[in-house]
Amino acid sequence: MGNGAKLPVPLTVLSSSEADAALHALQDASPGSLTVYVVPESSSLLPQGTNVYVGKHRSALVRAGQGLAALRARLQQLTRVMSFTASSIAAALADRVPDGQLGPDARRHLKSSLGYEITFSLLNPDPKSHDVDWDIEGAVNRYVQPVLDKLSVVANFSVDSQILYYAVLGVTPRFDKESSSFLLSAHSLPHVINPVEARLGSSAASLYPVLNFLLYVPERSHSPLYIQDKDGAPVPTNAFHSPRWGGIMVWGPGSASLPLHVDVDMVRVMEVFLAQLRLLFGISREELPPEFQVESPGNEGLADWELDRLLWAHTVENIATVATTLTSLAQLLDQISNIVIKDDVASEVYRAVASVQDAMAELAEGRLRSAFQASKEAVTSSERAFFDPSLLHLLYFPDDQKPLEIPLPGPCIFFIPACL
Amino acid sequence: MAAGPLLLLLLLLLGAAGPGAAAAAAAGPGPGLGPGAALREELLLRPLPAGDVAAAFQFRTRWDADLRRGAVSHYRLFPKALGQLVAAQGVRELHLALTQGFWRTRSWGQPPLGAPAGAELWVWFQDTVPDVDKAWKELSNILSGIFCASLNFIDSTNTVTPTASFKPLGLANGTDHRLLRYAVLPREVVCTENLTPWKKLLPCGSKAGLAVLLKAERLFHSSYHSQAVHIRPICRDASCLAVSWELRQTLTVVFDSFTSGQGKKDWSLFKMFSRTLTDACPLASESKVYVDISPKNEEKEFLEVTPTPTSVHEAVVQGDKRTYAVYDLLSPSLFNSSRSLNVQLKWKRPQDSQELSTPVLHAQRYVSGYGLQTGEISTLVHNTHPYRAFPVVLLETVPWYLRLYVHTLTVITKGKENKPSYIHYQPAQDRKRPHLLEMLIQLPANSVTKITIQFERALLKWTEYTPDPNHGFYVSPSVLSALVPSVVAMKDVDVEESPLFASLFPSSDGSSYFVRLYTEPLLVNLPTPDFSMPYNVICLTCTVVAVCYGSFYNLLTRTFHVEEPSRGGLAKRLANIIRRADPVRRC
Repeated sequence: MGNGAKLPVPLTVLSSSEADAALHALQDASPGSLTVYVVPESSSLLPQGTNVYVGKHRSALVRAGQGLAALRARLQQLTRVMSFTASSIAAALADRVPDGQLGPDARRHLKSSLGYEITFSLLNPDPKSHDVDWDIEGAVNRYVQPVLDKLSVVANFSVDSQILYYAVLGVTPRFDKESSSFLLSAHSLPHVINPVEARLGSSAASLYPVLNFLLYVPERSHSPLYIQDKDGAPVPTNAFHSPRWGGIMVWGPGSASLPLHVDVDMVRVMEVFLAQLRLLFGISREELPPEFQVESPGNEGLADWELDRLLWAHTVENIATVATTLTSLAQLLDQISNIVIKDDVASEVYRAVASVQDAMAELAEGRLRSAFQASKEAVTSSERAFFDPSLLHLLYFPDDQKPLEIPLPGPCIFFIPACL
Repeated sequence: MAAGPLLLLLLLLLGAAGPGAAAAAAAGPGPGLGPGAALREELLLRPLPAGDVAAAFQFRTRWDADLRRGAVSHYRLFPKALGQLVAAQGVRELHLALTQGFWRTRSWGQPPLGAPAGAELWVWFQDTVPDVDKAWKELSNILSGIFCASLNFIDSTNTVTPTASFKPLGLANGTDHRLLRYAVLPREVVCTENLTPWKKLLPCGSKAGLAVLLKAERLFHSSYHSQAVHIRPICRDASCLAVSWELRQTLTVVFDSFTSGQGKKDWSLFKMFSRTLTDACPLASESKVYVDISPKNEEKEFLEVTPTPTSVHEAVVQGDKRTYAVYDLLSPSLFNSSRSLNVQLKWKRPQDSQELSTPVLHAQRYVSGYGLQTGEISTLVHNTHPYRAFPVVLLETVPWYLRLYVHTLTVITKGKENKPSYIHYQPAQDRKRPHLLEMLIQLPANSVTKITIQFERALLKWTEYTPDPNHGFYVSPSVLSALVPSVVAMKDVDVEESPLFASLFPSSDGSSYFVRLYTEPLLVNLPTPDFSMPYNVICLTCTVVAVCYGSFYNLLTRTFHVEEPSRGGLAKRLANIIRRADPVRRC
């Protein structure tokens, strides 16, 4: 089932990626939509052994299969990969679903926020013997900025970098005689982050959550330094990441010779950091059967349909956040009578409710981008209403300052029932 | 209104700001720093009369970058927290000082960098900032978080906009004084929790270089402790086509020979800081220790320093010709003989015969009067120069609850009235704005000028008193800025070549140097109510009402009747007891 428009070149002579690119020009790819082209079983458009080809925009090519049942199974699997599933939505609501119903990967992804700050830090614990330099500005412009431009639909990003000297990891690595190198075991990794975090500092410019990517150049007495995974084998990328915080990479074998100048290969470093960024956002892919072939997104870092998945999850999470915030506010008002609600706070609450209803209506229609915008406005309004400082003006008003009606009729209270 | 001297003084103060006349090229960056960043560190040890010693640290980071708003910034030596702050709030110059103690100008001479007691913050904003007051409030709150100081108490009741003092110290295009804000918190206490974040901003932290000497338990065991942060834009090189940012962190401390409990007045780095220097910061392009060995009264030498200094430097600083012994921590010969450097200062002659050399300009301030209704603030400004007169700008900030009467302002020199050539007075608004009084006064040679103004104390609302109102209320120190004529002619200062202590206030005119002095803060008692009275009133009223009302009611409604002897079982006896205990019979 294709559409009836004309293509400049017959499809059969193109490779699958070129076909996908050519078809992309003809489709109406609004965010949230998926276009599936079914090709005959014997077509040579898809290479041998591949039944499904997932493009980097919002389309896919599927072989028709032996019968309708096989086609249906393939289409079902395809939609589970390219669009949202019950488990991905449950993961987005992970903070509100009780424990035990979710897998271990459920609470790893970054919470939805209006913006993120990304900080790249180079840790040099021994500047006397190591002279480390990295071309972070060029690397950010060349590798990181295209990914962030693609993600700019989701949130505002800002990037900066710093070099920290005399910053040590909190853990002493073990010396391993067989490989004559130092090893950081997997169970000591959680203790690495805390001492470093004191040096990283918080952002003075904005209130957005910060993603830290650290590159650690081990000191001469502790190099070469490798990270061990749970089985004891050194991790190939020599890096690890912590959900909702960021990632750390240890720079590879230092030069044992005395010219102590260390040149950091930014390509290797940025590969690892961008992979960690994808993991932190939850854009990574699960295992796919061998008959699936996914086109690589290239310099942009992620495909359009992966962006859509992120938007679905964030929209749902935003709506749930607004519901929780407004419910908490209502419960607080029930319990504490001293809270003042001014008119502008009330209007923010009304606006939040209206935006949430808008967002849910748009989601029902499948218009993802406007649903996401509405959900962002709803979150902004509800946060502004809940955290307004005027709510607390009379909160701690002491009871003894209230008009004193007790002393005078006090004794009467005891005598009146006695008279009755 | 003589605008002539005013204009001249203001122009001079302005012109003193730009060190653009420097002739030499900028020093190259240190190792591994990449283009455009340089760190210099320096320690100046200056013996004071009466055996005390003043130690002044300066760490200067120069960064060749443009901190425009929103541009992505990559930080190497410049701390990220301050860089983001400057970029986000549109700051052109920032000066923050936290001081404990008072610099005794008359006995110690001019301070290397003056600061008032408490916390002082003054900021010049860029002219692109849309709302300066909002940016000022956010800036003070963010700085309060970075330095763990209560700078969030800076609000409109202690912020002023001076018009003549506090001209920019860095590059400036125009000086619209509406972009300047100045605030002092005299009550602020400085302690270790302020020193730690200050040390964290240094590139080497306190792990290497001169910062290893900064141990909190020795630094706060002193008569005067002042730490400051100065950020300003400077010319990148002699042609001044591009702008660099300069961050100076300074720490001045005066060790008192009396409190450190030693009979002999010899000093050494170990005695002062309980540490010695082992190496220079690897990121620094220059790391030096200067010891002031200037001879007094044409004597040969009165101070002996060991080990032998690497060189001797002579300079004219603050109008005096001074000689310094220099220890260059980056020179390889310094650590040849021993692993650590412990500079020792030994007096060659007994100290008591030292003559105090009074500084050319010094001032005092005090409150006089009696009772809790009126009072008078007096400021005494001394000009001890034998034959030169010079003008001085006096800035006074008085809180709104001391209502100044400007018609009682008198300035008297040598018994005659001395009319200021420029007065700027902004009256206070209750609970909104403090008084601001700025005057340009010409000080004749060898004279004492007395400036007095009377005030009346206001009665505050009962919620406005601090938790300890009988301690008193502070009045911020007054600021005196002047271009003091120097006895010795001074050369143009080249920022990159000269020591740091000589280049914070460079002078463009070789015959005078810039001095900023602070007087003492004042402690004034306001009429204070007795805060236990509401409780007393409630207790008394309740007692009286309960006793009177209760007695009257009893008298009116109590009836008496004869009681039968008790007979009957336990239940009846219990019922009798209960009935007897009930004070009111059933009607």
